[in-house]
Amino acid sequence: MAFESLSDKLQEVFKKLKGKGRLTEKDVNEALREVKLALLEADVNFKVVKSFINKIKERAVGHDVLESLTPGQQVIKIVNEELTELMGSTQSKLTFSTTPPTIYMMVGLQGSGKTTTSGKLAAQIKKMGKKPLLVACDVYRPAAIKQLQVVGSRVDVPVFSMGDANNPVDIAKAAVVHAKNNKHDVVIIDTAGRLHIDEELMNELYEIKEIVKPQEILLVVDAMTGQDAVNVAASFNEKLGIDGVVLTKLDGDTRGGAALSVRAVTQKPIKYVGLGEKLEDLQPFYPDRMASRILGMGDVLSLIEKAQESFDEKKAQELEKKIRKMEFDFEDFLEQMQQIKKMGPINQLLGMIPGMNMQKLGDVEVNEKELAHVEAIIQSMTIEERRNPDIINASRKRRIAAGSGRDLQEVNRLIKQFEQMKKMMKQLTGMAKGKKGKFKLPFM
Amino acid sequence: MSLFNKWFNKDKDKLNQEELTQEELMQEESNVEQEEQEESEEVKELLELEFEEQEQVEEQEETEEVEEVVEEEKALSSEKNGFFSKLVKGLTKTRNNIMDGIDNVLKSFTKIDEELYEELEEALIMADIGVDATLKIMDGLREKVKEKKITDPAELKKLLVEEITEILNKGNRELNISEGPAVILVIGVNGVGKTTTIGKLAHVIKKDNKKVLLAAADTFRAAAIEQLEIWGNRTGVDVIRHQENADPGAVIFDAIQAAKARKTDVLICDTAGRLHNKKNLMEELRKIFKIISREYPEARKEVLLVLDATTGQNALQQVKLFKEVTDISGIILTKLDGTAKGGIIIAINSEMDIPIKYIGVGEGIEDLRPFNPKEFAEALFADEE
Ligand SMILES: Nc1nc2c(ncn2[C@@H]2O[C@H](COP(=O)(O)OP(=O)(O)OP(=O)(O)O)[C@@H](O)[C@H]2O)c(=O)[nH]1
Ligand SMILES: [Mg+2]
Repeated sequence: MAFESLSDKLQEVFKKLKGKGRLTEKDVNEALREVKLALLEADVNFKVVKSFINKIKERAVGHDVLESLTPGQQVIKIVNEELTELMGSTQSKLTFSTTPPTIYMMVGLQGSGKTTTSGKLAAQIKKMGKKPLLVACDVYRPAAIKQLQVVGSRVDVPVFSMGDANNPVDIAKAAVVHAKNNKHDVVIIDTAGRLHIDEELMNELYEIKEIVKPQEILLVVDAMTGQDAVNVAASFNEKLGIDGVVLTKLDGDTRGGAALSVRAVTQKPIKYVGLGEKLEDLQPFYPDRMASRILGMGDVLSLIEKAQESFDEKKAQELEKKIRKMEFDFEDFLEQMQQIKKMGPINQLLGMIPGMNMQKLGDVEVNEKELAHVEAIIQSMTIEERRNPDIINASRKRRIAAGSGRDLQEVNRLIKQFEQMKKMMKQLTGMAKGKKGKFKLPFM
Repeated sequence: MSLFNKWFNKDKDKLNQEELTQEELMQEESNVEQEEQEESEEVKELLELEFEEQEQVEEQEETEEVEEVVEEEKALSSEKNGFFSKLVKGLTKTRNNIMDGIDNVLKSFTKIDEELYEELEEALIMADIGVDATLKIMDGLREKVKEKKITDPAELKKLLVEEITEILNKGNRELNISEGPAVILVIGVNGVGKTTTIGKLAHVIKKDNKKVLLAAADTFRAAAIEQLEIWGNRTGVDVIRHQENADPGAVIFDAIQAAKARKTDVLICDTAGRLHNKKNLMEELRKIFKIISREYPEARKEVLLVLDATTGQNALQQVKLFKEVTDISGIILTKLDGTAKGGIIIAINSEMDIPIKYIGVGEGIEDLRPFNPKEFAEALFADEE
């Protein structure tokens, strides 16, 4: 991994919260500090990060986080939800004009990938059964027209060009006439890369827009763009009123925070992402995937999902009641363990839990074996013993040890620790009485 | 050690105790019970205390950020897109801030305090310097301020420029092509400006009365060869080329033979843009680099990595991975004629000693400048028109 992932960092934060059952507001702030750093390292614009974090804080503190017993997960969940929403909750499709030809205009900085994207888009539109036309309006960069022609021939889409001696506005105008005459129902105009502060060239784009009245102006943005993405996107949007964004070079290892910056300043949807140099490497944009990529916490998110799937709410509530009344017994515990096992290898699982205290786990390997030992011991208990651990005397312990193939010492330790855990849970539930909704085991 | 132990992080020593008899266990249990009751009281108190403390802290923080938050809240409640519109407003302000430059920020402060440091930190991060390098710079700055007992905010900028200049002052920024034949390999990710830079470089070197030859080893991208040929025409320099999709190694090989035969002073090789995380493309580059070393041992070598100033933190990764397959001898930072500050080179130079040799400031043939650390550092904080 190129970056230390957010989950690693959160792990660090939670490491400090030794023995605390749940996070305080201060802890939320601390966790958000890490989120903030993660966003900045992903190249999300500083101001965007600041507003975003404030919004999260508002939502997290006092509500979900403090009331929940899985605060670490809760923070991440909120962050991810907000981020996904910011990225655009639903997928945004390309729109078509009711009166053909539908005209798309590709704009952006130099080297952002407009020509390649134009070709990819033409290929996709062709697959829809339409008859697209590519238009070469980059008369400035050496061999740009040739590049589009090569791309066009590869995807078998004709390219309209008038060489580099003509004005791009005239070329665009002529191209539309050509399209109408030749029954092209889609026109894709490839324009020259330009700086957003180049007034003359920005005016040229505006003129093209005024003349051809495109259905959509698509801003092509390099996913590796840094803090400046907001200036670029805002300028293009102010001048032209863009309709959507294509994020290119996402097959690299950038976290792609520019996506968030661009989205935040333009409020325009990201419609496609470019994932390679080949002409089929253009895909629809998935806001949720992008959100977790920017955060770099896919592992945590999938854990949250898993946990939600396999944890039975009703059983949890029963459990809560039992714990409140100190009725939690080895039967329940066994069930809990099996719940956890359903979620996957325990090692991996523990590592993924942000709220997990990893201090001890760090220096002692947790292995499936140990879990199996605990399970074996409990399974060697009679139902009676499991429900009422108090009756487990010395001779019963010896029997359990023999039955499970573990030594007496281990059995003793398990029983003792179980009682301690019970008390701890009782404390946890007692302290927060009336404050929180449902109970979950501390290791959930 | 058992699972519980790890999960609940109980006192290690206590749990590491050897085998306990039943009696001991019972005894211990009641102790534990007592202990834990006490503990629970303590914990409760502690928690409450923390809540109180936290509330106070929050209040303070809130007043600091009160304007923003309140505004945002208003926006949030009044309209659906409030968050966005607020953001846009904020960003417009930001842009003005950048345009105004750090000078104005400094002017608005009468003494050096935390707030001022924060403003500077913000400016550095907004220049793509990255969190780590920014914190490093700020630490250095604070130390210098203490050391030199500086109290005037105006002095701060000078120090900051010094600090950054120092970081950027790495190695030899001259091209290593003065004597004997030389070969320059130009590499980088897609679209950063390699081919354009080669055109500009050819122009600069030719002006120095040297014989230049270009190798069109980007055989992959559509019309890349033609693009280089146009630059060859512009600069009056020959281009060695094969067909599209030919083996780039073969192009390099031929170009080296041609350079030898023609007694060329400097051979400049264009390569296809490639993302640094593509294993096979990076191996291809390693091969190209090897061919140059093997076939042209007598030549001086320059491997120039082209970086786009618009790029954020990923550029750091680019340098690291390109460095694994070639011996990068210098960096060229392009597109500094935009609004991006290119601060990522500071992060790069605070980790690696690779000199920045040139900067690109436009698409024209003359738009290549030698890199000057001090000027660059000053431009980071310059008042723009
Ligand atoms: N504004 C500006 N544009 C530049 C600069 N350098 C290059 N460009 C432009 O950036 C675009 C890409 O430049 P190329 O030289 O084709 O980049 P490349 O790295 O060779 O691209 P690939 O070979 O496709 O990977 C072109 O439109 C150039 O004119 C610069 O310093 N400033
Ligand atoms: Mg090139």
